[in-house]
Amino acid sequence: MDPTAFKFLGAGLACIGMGLAAMGVGNIFGNFLSGALRNPSAADGQFARAFIGAALAEGLGIFCLVVALVLLFT
Amino acid sequence: MASPIEQFQIKTIIPGIGFSNASLFMVATVGVIVGGLLLATSRRAVVPGRAQSVAEMLHDFVANTLVDAAGREGMKFFPLVFSLFMFVLTANMLGMIPGFFTVTSHVIVTFALAMLVIGTVVVYGFMKHGTHFLGLFVPSGVPGWLLPFITVIEVISFLSRPISLSLRLFANMLAGHIALKVFGSFVVGLGSAGIGLAILAPLPLIMAVALTALEFLVAFLQAYVFTVLTCIYLNDALHPGH
Repeated sequence: MDPTAFKFLGAGLACIGMGLAAMGVGNIFGNFLSGALRNPSAADGQFARAFIGAALAEGLGIFCLVVALVLLFT
Repeated sequence: MASPIEQFQIKTIIPGIGFSNASLFMVATVGVIVGGLLLATSRRAVVPGRAQSVAEMLHDFVANTLVDAAGREGMKFFPLVFSLFMFVLTANMLGMIPGFFTVTSHVIVTFALAMLVIGTVVVYGFMKHGTHFLGLFVPSGVPGWLLPFITVIEVISFLSRPISLSLRLFANMLAGHIALKVFGSFVVGLGSAGIGLAILAPLPLIMAVALTALEFLVAFLQAYVFTVLTCIYLNDALHPGH
């Protein structure tokens, strides 16, 4: 196989990491929702914190996208 | 068919000073913000009208976020945080208009904004606390043998902040606009593929409409996340102890 094929394979493999980040984000919001259903009055105060956690988890998945883009376009 | 990343191409409009379509839309973003806020607050009524309540809501929203994250003394950074929020939000929303250029889908723009935030944190932290600011990297209550490793991890985590802050906004905008363009090209491709496949063309069109709604949510959410993280990093400059 020529090296370009490996570049595309690597970009495809990098996308697996996005699925893992999706698991992390789903975990955060799932736990937030189950906690919010038990104590709805406390949910509003923790809303921003849930989004911070989701943003941090999502940021690691976005690094995978950047790895894929770097492999494709350099 | 046009490539899905063609929409991010930078074209020079005025060659002599390097004024490109990115610069044009940054100027347009600032123009929309300044014009909108000046118009909304020109009457300054005690009982606010429709436009004035929107401006007041935006102000209170950012102020509450800042006070929640950084305390009352964080309000001295309010002009910076409010400008960042309004710039990112307006740039994202302007980019959602078909045919318009999305300024925040370019990593150099978001990296400049992130470096502005981190630069403010470092400069203000050292100005206010001196070398005590370095206590940020040495958390208290950690066993002695673990402390060197924790310090190294904290330093790396601090250095990766501007990168993750800028890449998050950039990649969300980039990925969203590419997805919209890809689904749009599905509609065109199916529609011109013959009578048998053309009846399937409305399916990606429905998906594109749903994705547009999602992108509006993401456009607001990423502006909010950028603002909240800015407030948290500023809190480190104000109160460096763990």
